[in-house]
Amino acid sequence: MADDLLRDEEITERGVAREMEDPSSSLVDSAEIIHREPEGEGLEPEQEVLTINMGPHHPATHGVLRLIVTLQGEQVIDLKPVMGYLHTGIEKSCEDKSYWKVIPFVERMDYLSYFFQMEAFCGCVERLVELEIPPRAKYLRVLHMELNRIMSHLVWLGTSALDLGAISMFWYCFRERDQILDLFEMSTGQRMHTRFFQVGGVFEDIPLGFEKKVREFCSVMPSRIDQYEALLDRNEIFLHRTREVGIVSRERLLELGVTGPLLRAAGEPWDLRKVDPCLCYGDFDFNIPVGTVGDGYDRYRVRLQEMRESVRIIEQALDGLPEGPWVADDRKYVLPPRDELSTSMESLIHHFKLVTEGFRVPPGELYYAIESPRGELGCFVVADGSSKPARVHFRDPSFVNLQAFRDMSVGGLIADLIQNLAMLDPIIGGVDR
Amino acid sequence: MPDAPGLELIAQGVEEGRQGTVIETAFEHGRATLIVHPEGVLHALRWLRDTPEQGYTFLSSLHAADYLPATPRFAVHYELLCRDRVERINVKALLQDPAAGDDSNGASPEEKLPELDSCVALYPTAEFQEREAYDFFGIVFRGHPDLRRILMPEDYVGWPQRRDFPIGGEPVLFTHNEIETPRWFE
Amino acid sequence: MEIERESLRARQLRARDLLRGDLEGQDLEKYVEERLLTTTLENALNWGRANALFPLTFGLACCAIEMMSMVTSRYDIARFGAEAFRASPRQADMIILSGRVSIKMAPVVRRVYDQMLEPKWVIAMGACSSSAGMFANYAVVQGADKFMPVDIHIPGCPPRPEALLYGFNKLQKLVRGKPDLGWRQRYNAAGTEEWARFESGKPSPEAIERAAVALEMPTLEEVQRERERSTDA
Repeated sequence: MADDLLRDEEITERGVAREMEDPSSSLVDSAEIIHREPEGEGLEPEQEVLTINMGPHHPATHGVLRLIVTLQGEQVIDLKPVMGYLHTGIEKSCEDKSYWKVIPFVERMDYLSYFFQMEAFCGCVERLVELEIPPRAKYLRVLHMELNRIMSHLVWLGTSALDLGAISMFWYCFRERDQILDLFEMSTGQRMHTRFFQVGGVFEDIPLGFEKKVREFCSVMPSRIDQYEALLDRNEIFLHRTREVGIVSRERLLELGVTGPLLRAAGEPWDLRKVDPCLCYGDFDFNIPVGTVGDGYDRYRVRLQEMRESVRIIEQALDGLPEGPWVADDRKYVLPPRDELSTSMESLIHHFKLVTEGFRVPPGELYYAIESPRGELGCFVVADGSSKPARVHFRDPSFVNLQAFRDMSVGGLIADLIQNLAMLDPIIGGVDR
Repeated sequence: MPDAPGLELIAQGVEEGRQGTVIETAFEHGRATLIVHPEGVLHALRWLRDTPEQGYTFLSSLHAADYLPATPRFAVHYELLCRDRVERINVKALLQDPAAGDDSNGASPEEKLPELDSCVALYPTAEFQEREAYDFFGIVFRGHPDLRRILMPEDYVGWPQRRDFPIGGEPVLFTHNEIETPRWFE
Repeated sequence: MEIERESLRARQLRARDLLRGDLEGQDLEKYVEERLLTTTLENALNWGRANALFPLTFGLACCAIEMMSMVTSRYDIARFGAEAFRASPRQADMIILSGRVSIKMAPVVRRVYDQMLEPKWVIAMGACSSSAGMFANYAVVQGADKFMPVDIHIPGCPPRPEALLYGFNKLQKLVRGKPDLGWRQRYNAAGTEEWARFESGKPSPEAIERAAVALEMPTLEEVQRERERSTDA
């Protein structure tokens, strides 16, 4: 009897449709529930099933995600995420723009890991045109990407702790995040959505004093992570809420295509930075934190430890930062330096072509994947020989990881659902693109 | 990635199981692509997943592309990953557009959509991604448990990421042009 | 306290008497009392509203992250009294539209806005909610003022938290009843209105006249006359 109520989308959609017309009516018509009763058997109060709508506007859904939750008491029986409330048509817009102009679009998908999206796209196009980027550019890219990873984990930690009730963590994490954004502003000029990478390297070299500031930050960050751990690690409420909650087996996670800290927390040491290193990750010595159980607590620990490892990578990147050009030399894809424009005609022509039309990419298609803070971020570009891509598609980790949400929450309580969503770390901009 | 000879061996293996599946193999930019006939996609995926030497058990990404004006118009890409050897292979299923060359001018109420078998049974991760391909291109996956729009509103008409779908938006009005030639954007 | 509303005529006569110096004694006192209390009370109310705005937690996209960092300690919004973000629209009086409004989300935003109680204000934060930003495509509503009234637009992609605070201060001035001049008045930018695309097409000739006068441009007839004269000559 519970089964046909479970599979019944009609009640949900009808009720929701009714609610759209008349906000004061209830979501589930009581007449409908009674109608579904089999004859002679009354519904016990414990067996009554309620479908509620955790609407797109909700303080705890990390963005505009709508959840249609079927509850029995406080227990979640079924869960349907409804997405698309932030769909921006970025992939379609990219088909209309030259390859350079795509970079700011593509940044704004998963709006907390913008350097990773830039790297996925620029790396894909660089492989399509077979362009080698200089080593200094590789190191600078990795530096900014790891700073972005720390920043993304900080925002996750702040907002997740806020969801779980540890409200002051929000302020502490954002204090560090503001420091990282100051670093970004120093090197790229903008706090968020920096458009720093370009096909061929990075846009500008880092200014003097940047290295010193990053080292200051790296010396301060581990003690701050210690502070976060001191607040939350052995906190009784936090432990009760996150331990043994939202466990999905490793095999099931792999079946569902989940990657990133979620998979590592379940015990699978899979990190694209180690197994398939892009850029210069192979030069650095860092570890991959792996959990054991795969509950919320493990996910939290994995991400905290990842922050520490990122600090290590940044320090090593600064130590080993090679001298040299920060962008490739190939004038077909990269702007020539401005002082050359007044002396060389060829540079002027290249500059003109690049700025007005953009560079052309020979026909081909490629899928290139990197490890973003949420998992495997893949970029698929189809080039048709013109200066605009024919298709840009992003395999976004949040989108695929959201499929695990149902497995994690069914059978638990509503409070655990909030916790699962927090530990899942979805960014709805990536889910909806 | 499997290198070019390895790719040929894979193509042979898939072809042995079911004739007429593999149309072509392509190897470019270090990436191996197996181009298959849409009816043989499930066989190819199952062969790649279950054969012990292959072991492509992880579906990284399932996405579709519209190659208008080339025919066949649509292609569904399956990015497979073998985690043991860290090798990726791409299976590309080419689909014709059944509505192409259709001169009925929308007289028939049923829109003809390209169809393909769903691989949700093989790779549960494909659930959302197939819905996305349906939402944006109108590719119907037979056997999908819940094929409906995922990112566009439920009652949206049209397949947005097809190449012939207009990009939308509004023209930006410039006052001077409005005075001189009103509605200049038309 | 009960304030009696008298007829306009009676009030006009009393004002005339005051100016002439004819109001005396009790009448004069009552007259002054009424004026002082009404405006001072409203001012006080507005001051209170401005310094205790309750924003609604309505983060849509990237701008929401900058809005969150405005709440945190570096760009503290608590010093302006607005740190109490309410989750329920019934309890909030300001909504900050931070992020792009997609076509699926627009009815939801409108419903949430309708559920808010008067008085309420809207800040469109960022380029995407003011005018769709860079996303001129099928999926984004081209500006939130297509479906709801917006008081303050804040440019930027995303706007710095300082920019958001500046916009917030402007909103506070608006609430207090002394709004800053809009940019049209400040720059005397008459004639820059966007003419909606009605089926009738052209804007009315009066509108064109007005715009041409404001821009000091020749009207269409003058231009035609010039052309005829040059072709004749």
